Amino acid sequence: MRYISNTPAQQKEMLARIGAASVETLLANVPAKARLSRPLALPAAMAEGDLVRHLRRMAAKNASADDFACFLGAGSYDHGIPSPINHLISRGEFFTAYTPYQPEASQGTLRTIFEYQTMMAELTGMDVANASIYDGASSLAEGVLMAHAITGRAETAWSRGVNSLYQQVVETYCEGPDFRLKAVRLGDGVTDLDALRKAVTERTAAVVVQYPNFFGCLEDVRAAAEIAHAKGALLVVAADPVNLGFLTPPGALGADIVVGEGQGLGVPMSFGGPNLGVFAARADLVRRMPGRLVGATVDKDGKRGFVLTLQTREQHIRREKATSNICTNVALCALMATIYVSILGKAGLRKVGELATAKAHYAAERFAAVPGVSLRFNAPFFKEFALTLPKAPDRVVKRLLKDGILAGVPLKTFDRAEKSTLLVAVTERRTKDEIDAYAAALAAAVA
Amino acid sequence: MEARAPYDRLIFELSSPGRFAYSLPALDVPSADPATLVPAQFVRSTPPELPEVSEVDVIRHYSRLSLMNYGVDTHFYPLGSCTMKYNPKINEDMARLPGFLRLHPHTPAASSQGALQLMWELARDLAEISGMDQVSLQPAAGAQGEFAGVLMIRAYHLSRGERRHKVLIPDSAHGTNPATTALAGYQVVQLKSDEAGEVDLADLERHLDEDVAAFMITQPNTLGLFESKIHQITEMCHAKGVQVYMDGANFNAILGITRPGDLGFDVCHFNLHKTFTTPHGGGGPGAGPVGIKAHLAPFLPTPVVVEDEEGQFALDWNRPQSVGKLQAFWGNFGMLVRAYTYIRTMGPDGLRSVSENAVLNANYILKRLEGDYDRATAGPCMHECVVSARRQKKLGVSATDIAKRLLDLGFYAPTTYFPLIVDEALMIEPTETESKETLDQFCDAMIQIAREAETDPRRIHEAPVTTPVRRLDQTLAARQPMLKWTSPAR
Amino acid sequence: MSNVPGDLKYTKEHEWAKIEGDRARIGITAFAQEQLGDVVFVELPKVGVKVSGMKAFGVVESVKAVSDLYAPLSGEVVEVNGELPKKPETVNSDPYGAGWMIVIKMSTPAEAAALLTAAQYEQLIAGAGH
Repeated sequence: MRYISNTPAQQKEMLARIGAASVETLLANVPAKARLSRPLALPAAMAEGDLVRHLRRMAAKNASADDFACFLGAGSYDHGIPSPINHLISRGEFFTAYTPYQPEASQGTLRTIFEYQTMMAELTGMDVANASIYDGASSLAEGVLMAHAITGRAETAWSRGVNSLYQQVVETYCEGPDFRLKAVRLGDGVTDLDALRKAVTERTAAVVVQYPNFFGCLEDVRAAAEIAHAKGALLVVAADPVNLGFLTPPGALGADIVVGEGQGLGVPMSFGGPNLGVFAARADLVRRMPGRLVGATVDKDGKRGFVLTLQTREQHIRREKATSNICTNVALCALMATIYVSILGKAGLRKVGELATAKAHYAAERFAAVPGVSLRFNAPFFKEFALTLPKAPDRVVKRLLKDGILAGVPLKTFDRAEKSTLLVAVTERRTKDEIDAYAAALAAAVA
Repeated sequence: MEARAPYDRLIFELSSPGRFAYSLPALDVPSADPATLVPAQFVRSTPPELPEVSEVDVIRHYSRLSLMNYGVDTHFYPLGSCTMKYNPKINEDMARLPGFLRLHPHTPAASSQGALQLMWELARDLAEISGMDQVSLQPAAGAQGEFAGVLMIRAYHLSRGERRHKVLIPDSAHGTNPATTALAGYQVVQLKSDEAGEVDLADLERHLDEDVAAFMITQPNTLGLFESKIHQITEMCHAKGVQVYMDGANFNAILGITRPGDLGFDVCHFNLHKTFTTPHGGGGPGAGPVGIKAHLAPFLPTPVVVEDEEGQFALDWNRPQSVGKLQAFWGNFGMLVRAYTYIRTMGPDGLRSVSENAVLNANYILKRLEGDYDRATAGPCMHECVVSARRQKKLGVSATDIAKRLLDLGFYAPTTYFPLIVDEALMIEPTETESKETLDQFCDAMIQIAREAETDPRRIHEAPVTTPVRRLDQTLAARQPMLKWTSPAR
Repeated sequence: MSNVPGDLKYTKEHEWAKIEGDRARIGITAFAQEQLGDVVFVELPKVGVKVSGMKAFGVVESVKAVSDLYAPLSGEVVEVNGELPKKPETVNSDPYGAGWMIVIKMSTPAEAAALLTAAQYEQLIAGAGH
C-alpha cells in the first residue's frame, strides 16, 4: 500500500521492540464483542488509472462553467481565477501545514493570514477582520450571535433581501428562547425603510441587510445604520467582498459588523464548497469576535514576527465560554483570496466591478427587451438582477441548457411568491457574444 | 526549510504604484461609464489600499513565504489529535477536475448527477465505515459536525416531549465539545476520568439522569486509550434516555476494527481532514460529516442527497423536522471529492491496515520514549500516545521548551498541554504513513532533548534558533493587538 | 512567592479584599497573577453595577488562560481602576497596590467574617503544591 511506508519486515522489528506478538495484542483493550468480524463492505481498492477514469466519468456528467456560459449567482459566482493562485496554494508547505500553533515554524501561514486580515478590513471598510469563518452564511450567524452577546438583547430585525438560505443557517445557529427573528418586508426589491423603522426597538440586538441583496439590488445601508443606531442596535451587513473594489464599503456607511461570502475572491465554485466566510468588525468589538486572529509582534531578537493572538476567546482555552466553537476554518481559501487580491490589486479589483456591472446592465437591457420578459424590480442593481418570465423559469432554464447556457436560478424554491422569477448573475467573464446568445435563446424559449 | 531565511516582507511592502499582475478582458459591451450605472452614493470614492505588484512579485513573495512553513510534505508532524498523515496528490487532481471544480451549486440536479452521485456514495461509505444508518455531508468541520449532532439530539428529545438541559463531557475532551454544547444552549457537566484514564463509571452513574440530553465522548479517548467499557457506558446512558455522541477525531485508530454504530453510539462525526487525508491547508478547509442512527434521521440538516427509483440523484428539501442548515450550500464538496478518492484508493483492506499501522507506530514511539518521559497511561495506546514532561519540568524544562527544541532538530512539535488532565502533556500521533526510520529519528531527538534537559538545559531554553524567527512575544501581541498592516505614512 | 499581606482578607478563588470602613477594595493575589502569567486584559464592571458575594464581576486574561473574577462581598461598585485597561501588566507587578480592580460599597459587611485570613489563605496556596 503506497501510503504506508513500513514493510512487513519492519513491522515485525517494531513489534519485537514493543514486546508484542502482533498488532492484535496492541488492540487488546478493544473488547471482542466490539470487534468488526468482517471486512468493511466497500468497493475494492482501485488502481490509480482506473480511479481516475471512474472519477472523470462522474465529473463529465456535470454541466460545468467550462462548458456552459454560467449566469448563475445567488451566493456563488463565476469570477475569473488568475492562474498563479492554484500553483501557489498547491505548494506542499502551504496546503499540508496545519494551524499555526507553533508560530516559529509557521511564519508563512501566519504572514499570509495577516495580509488577508488587512485586505478584508480594507475592502469592507472596517477596523479588524478575522482569519475566516466557514462561509458567508455561518459568518453571518456568528455576527448575529455576537450582536446578541454584546447588547444582551433578544431580537434581530432581518431584511427579506437577505438570502433565505442564510436565514435558515442563522435560525439554526441562534435557535433558543432568547432569540427572535423579525422579518422586514421589501419594497421594490430593497428593504422597506418604514417597515424597518417599525421593527427596530430597544429589544433589537442586530439589524441585518445584504449589500447588494439576494436579488442583486443595492440597499441603502446608511439609512439602515441610522435606524439601527437610533435604538442602540448593531448593523450587521452581509456583503460580497469582490464587489467592494468598486462599491462603497459597508464600513463607510455605518456597519458595525461586516460578514460575507468571499468565494468570488479566487475560490473555485466547487459545487458550493469549500467557501470563505469573511468577518470584520469595529475595533472596540475585537475581543467579542469569533475565529482566529493573527497579530504582529517581535521575537527575542527584536525581529518582526506573527502569532495567533487573543486566543483566550477561542474554544481551546475558553471552552464553554468561548465566543464560538470554531476550530478549523478555511485557511487555504483565505490564502487563495489573499493571492487574488494581490494580483488584482488596487486597480484591478475596481475593474472587475466595472466590467461586471457594465455587462450586467447590458444583459438586463437586452433580456428585458425580449417580449414578455421584464425586470422584476426597479431598484438599482450591481452584477445580479431578477427577471419576471412569462413561462415557468424551470422550463426556460432547461431549454437554455441545450444552448449551452446556465441561465439563472429560479426563485420558486426560495419564495413561493417568486414562481415566475429567475435570478441572473453577470460577472466580468461573460462576453458580449454569450449575452447576445442568451438573449436570442431566451426570446425563442418564451415565444 | 531555509535556516534563518532572511525574507521579511509583506505584500504591501512590495507595492510600486502602477504595477499590476492582473489580466482582465476588455469591455466588449456598449456601456456608459460604469461609475454612472449605479447611484453615486454606491461608488467607492477612495480606492482600497491594496498592493500594486507584478506577477513575478506575487510568485516570488508567496513562494518565499511558503519556505517559512513546516508541512507534512517536508516534515514529520506528530500533532496528537490532528492526524497529520500524508495527503495524496491524486486527491488534489480529482478535486480539480473541471466537472467538479467549475460546477456551480445551483446547477440543476439533472446536470449535476456526477456530483450528487459522489456525495451519495461517500455518505453511504461513511455510514458503512461507522456502522451508522445515515450520514450528512453538510458540516464544514468537526466543530460543525458536533453542532449538527447536538442539535439533532435536542430535536429528538423535543419530539418526544422532553426538554433536557445538560450534556456530560469528560474532563479530557477537546475544547470544541463544551463550546459546541454551550452554543446549542446546554449546560456542560464535566465528568472525571479514572486513574487508568478512562471514563469513571461511578462518576457517570452519579450524573446520569433524565435531565441529561447527551454524553459526548471521543473514542478512542484523548489519552489514546480505547474506552473499553463502552458497551456498559452506552447501555447506562440509554437506560436514562440519554443519547451518546462519539467525537470522531480519533477515527484513525479504529477503521475496519470497530465501528461506533456497533458500540451503541447514536451519533458520530468524522473529520475528513484527519482520518480521510484531506489536507489541513494551514487551518482548513476541512469537512465534518455527521452520522446517525435511524431514529435521528428526521432531524438531519437540509438538504439530504437522495436517490430515486430510477437511480437519479437529487437534493431533498422536504424535511419538515430538520434541524436546519449549517452552511449556505450542500457541504465542502471539494473536500468530499478528496475523501471519496482516498476511500476508493484504499478499499476495505487498505483502510484496516491504516489503523493497524497507526496503532503500531504510536506504540513503537511510546516504547522508545518510556525510559525518558513519564507515560500518561499504562498498557498499550491506540493511534496516539500521551507522555508527560513532568521529569523535565523539575529540571526547568517545560513541554513548550521541548516543542521548540524539536523544531531545531527538524520536526514539528507534538501537541502540548492537551489533554488538560495531564501535566506538561505531549500528545504524539505519528499516523500510519510514517516509516520506522522517521519514527526512530524522532525518538532519537526526543531522547537527546531529555539528556540535554539534564546536562545543558540552556540550549533548550534558547530554542528555536534555526527557524526564521525565534520565540515570539505573545504577551505583547495580546496587550497591544496589531491585527493588520498599516502603511508607515499613515 | 509567599506574598500574602496580613492586613487583607482572601477568597479561595484568589481575590483579596481590603476593608476600608464601609467599603472594600478588591483585587487578585500575587499567587493568582503568577498562575495566570502575563496579564493582557482585564474586564471590569462600570461604576454603579451591583455585585453579589462569590459571583463573577469581571474577567482577567493572560496569553494562555482566562479567569472569572469573583466578588468576595456583595455591594455596589463605586470605583473602578481606570489604569488597568491601559496597563494590565500592573496586575502582575503590583497586585495588592496599583493593581487594585474595584472598590465596592458593602451591602452586607457581615460577609467579611466568612473570608479567609492571611494565614488561612497561605495554607490554601501551600496545599496547592506549586
